[in-house]
Amino acid sequence: MAEKKQLKRVDIIFTEECNFKQVLSEALQRSDDEIIQSLLDSGLRGRGGAGFPTGMKWKFTAQEEADERFIICNADEGEPGTFKDREILFKVPYKVFGGMAVGAKVIGAKEGYIYLRGEYKFLLDDLQKQLDDFHKLLDELGLDFRIHIVTGAGAYICGEESALFESMEGKRGEPRNKPPYPTINGYKGKPTVINNVETLVYALTICRLGAERFKSLGTNDSRGSKVFSISGDTPIPGIYELELGMTLENFVEEFGDGDTKSVQVGGAAGFCVPRKDFKDTIIGFEGVPTGGSMMLFNSSRSMYNVIHNYLEFFEEESCGQCTPCRVGCQQLLLGVEAVKRGDKPISYLDELLKLTETMKLTAKCGLGQSVANSFASIVDNFKEEMIY
Amino acid sequence: MINLNIDGIDVSVEEGKTVLDAAKKINVKIPTLCFHEDLCIAGNCRVCVVEQEGAKGLIASCAMPAHEGMKINTNTLKVRRSRKHIIELLLSEHNADCTKCYKNGSCELQELANEYRTGNQVFLDLVQEKNYTIDQSSPSIMKDDSKCIRCQRCVRTCEQLQAVSALAVANKGGEMKISSFFDKPLHEVVCTNCGQCINRCPTGALIEVNNIEDVWDAIYDENKHVVIQTAPAVRIGLGEELGFNPGARVTGKMVAALKRLGFNSVLDTQFTADLTIMEEGTELLTRLKKALVDGDKSVHLPMTTSCSPGWVKFIEHTFPEFLDNVSTCKSPQQMFGALAKTYYAQKRNLDPKDIVSVSVMPCTAKKFEADRPEMTDSGYKDVDYAITTRELAIMIKQAGLDFMELEDNEFDSLMGDSTGAATIFGATGGVMEAALRTAYELVTGREVPFENLNIQPVRGFAGVREASIKIEDPVDDWKFLDGVELRCAVAHGLRNAKELMTSVKNGKSNYHFIEIMACPGGCLGGGGQPIPTNQEIRDKRAAAIYEEDMSLPIRKSHENPEIIHIYNDFLGEPLGHKSHELLHTKYVKRERY
Repeated sequence: MAEKKQLKRVDIIFTEECNFKQVLSEALQRSDDEIIQSLLDSGLRGRGGAGFPTGMKWKFTAQEEADERFIICNADEGEPGTFKDREILFKVPYKVFGGMAVGAKVIGAKEGYIYLRGEYKFLLDDLQKQLDDFHKLLDELGLDFRIHIVTGAGAYICGEESALFESMEGKRGEPRNKPPYPTINGYKGKPTVINNVETLVYALTICRLGAERFKSLGTNDSRGSKVFSISGDTPIPGIYELELGMTLENFVEEFGDGDTKSVQVGGAAGFCVPRKDFKDTIIGFEGVPTGGSMMLFNSSRSMYNVIHNYLEFFEEESCGQCTPCRVGCQQLLLGVEAVKRGDKPISYLDELLKLTETMKLTAKCGLGQSVANSFASIVDNFKEEMIY
Repeated sequence: MINLNIDGIDVSVEEGKTVLDAAKKINVKIPTLCFHEDLCIAGNCRVCVVEQEGAKGLIASCAMPAHEGMKINTNTLKVRRSRKHIIELLLSEHNADCTKCYKNGSCELQELANEYRTGNQVFLDLVQEKNYTIDQSSPSIMKDDSKCIRCQRCVRTCEQLQAVSALAVANKGGEMKISSFFDKPLHEVVCTNCGQCINRCPTGALIEVNNIEDVWDAIYDENKHVVIQTAPAVRIGLGEELGFNPGARVTGKMVAALKRLGFNSVLDTQFTADLTIMEEGTELLTRLKKALVDGDKSVHLPMTTSCSPGWVKFIEHTFPEFLDNVSTCKSPQQMFGALAKTYYAQKRNLDPKDIVSVSVMPCTAKKFEADRPEMTDSGYKDVDYAITTRELAIMIKQAGLDFMELEDNEFDSLMGDSTGAATIFGATGGVMEAALRTAYELVTGREVPFENLNIQPVRGFAGVREASIKIEDPVDDWKFLDGVELRCAVAHGLRNAKELMTSVKNGKSNYHFIEIMACPGGCLGGGGQPIPTNQEIRDKRAAAIYEEDMSLPIRKSHENPEIIHIYNDFLGEPLGHKSHELLHTKYVKRERY
């Protein structure tokens, strides 16, 4: 039986730092190896959703031979149902900059970039002002590092790290072949650390407080806490920082409206958990992982409409380069419509499930690979809603 | 070396090789669509997936570097089912009207569909959902989006090999397509008509605009006298479409076939290639004289060749400031066309309006060139139809000829004689070599100082090659060239051409004469040549061209008896009045998009 935690609100990310200069200065005084070791010990995994250990990412990048390295903050928050990075950038941007500065010191980067979601341009002026102040602080602390803000143009795929690099390089935002990974071949072909907004803030916190405090939260596989974007049929939608490792049952007790039929964990690219599985499903890497998006649906919602909406989204946001994703998404969308209309037999859903299996196995990037998650979990659990 | 195991067989490959390379080495065929040996890796069709032990998903073998200790399985349930799904997905987006398709029988998607027996349509037909369009605006290239599988081979060809980028990816998701600037018709954008995209398109999405029926109609019209000219590279490429291995020289069989098809006269573009050397060589020497002796600052040097219509259109778009540097000589095809309806008509006592002039070319840009409004100096359209090597092969098959068994035949006379110098026009560096053989001898009275006349420094496939030749002890007329080092450069493929011209533009190089061919390898790798193409095939074709050169009794353009005759009898002298009227042309500046 996997380790479970009770739902617990945490306050790390949004805590105001009254003496940020000191915080940063202390973090920067630690040796590179010490910082990497703390990150490794803390068990911090990427908060964008994929969950790659942050310490490893920094370590690999630092190890690469190169004349130039970069650190990039992925603020292209596009997953349906997540809005936590926006809040972090709005409330505590200096912590994000601080995380980047520490990362830059560790890997030896002189330039850093924030790739800001196109729809978040309204944050730009304020961010730039705070960034100018931050640069002054860096000068005082003697760190040769500058952060630049780049804005996206609205494509979901550009949140995928290698497509993001392509976009930053002025090219069409299409994922690259991997390997090589960003730690070797990232922005401009140079070793690059690319981290989610939230990850950078936790990284800074761990640098300062050490691994232990972070590690004391969460489970073996999912250390620490996480910021959740909670939406849908809930009386209290919003942004909450919670300890990882709680069950969905626990979560729904707190946030549900008493009639929760299912929860979509991790956005359109995530999994739909039906009521019968709430009790045994842990929110975390050992159960259902999430980049923060939690969408609750009550019994008034048609799960056909839900999956149809996601498929429309994927069909439009696939970059279109690889066959399984480009054509697969179109087939899934038109396929569920055809079954609903009765133009295709119920058994056609099984063909579509097999197709999602192929997409998971063969798509070039996470977008195409993850369409299977929501499709299979919704179609398997709510088959009757697909048909009638 | 990297050691890995594929399907239970151990194999070692050099570092940097892919899993696909390794599989090839042990004769395991992995299907591919977006992969092409000439292009950078895309890894987007996903049909080459294989299973790697320990990996979560399947891997694209074309894009995955081989690493030590890898265990690969190319034939598992997951692999087979995935590949079949991918082929079925591609077919669901594809207008599979195979029997009506120009590429029927030579389509890579069709071949895979056949291999995987995708008989029952599993998925919904998406073709009806789309507003696919066919772009028929170009005289050279037809683009049918309903056949496109979005492998982006054409995009990579246009960008990576040609630095043209007329084709690019537009839109995303289900709307993603290969498009041009603002979706304008091909004929209105920077497309040079080189046809390299056609050579690499796996399906019928990009094909040449074919003139097969037009040519048959002319042949069957009793009131028409149909002459055909054949470009140098056709005779070393045509065999590939008709049962021979790459590198077969089929000149005699080609001539025999053309006669059997019913052309009234089978003549040779190589005749006008020799003529081009006379005109262009004289033009170069005249420019040099004006620059060196008269100190005329208005003379434009370096002079570049003008035989490649893809190159000509490229410079019109990309470097219009250099249009005065381009030789005013028409290409051999157009010189031939202009003479066919003047000189040839006179000699044969024919009314030029009854002559239909056809060319068979390794090229698709020749179709555009034949249609250029200025190419009517004979008073008629100088070349009525330019067909590709591939179109000729189709006609030969339609006529039921057993090409391999045909007895060799010879070109008809009057514009049918040629030299080895003209043959090598088909390979990159060939025009340069032919020009040097003649110009050097004209100026010094001696043969070029290279063994067997083979000017090795301008041969080969390096993207840009340089050579210089010092002129010593010239004859009296050319005394001013004594001690001058004639500096030459050769480039093939438009990316290399762009690089070379950029260095000229930036004042980093000071050549006198530059040869540029739009296509990789020169005409032997032309957009109208047999498909497939790759470096190995182009090497073989080049070897055949140089063998053909060596096999000919005359190997210098100025020694071609028909050339001597036409100047005595009709043209007067190189760059003379008549030449100017018929054999030279001018260029126009074009837009940058």
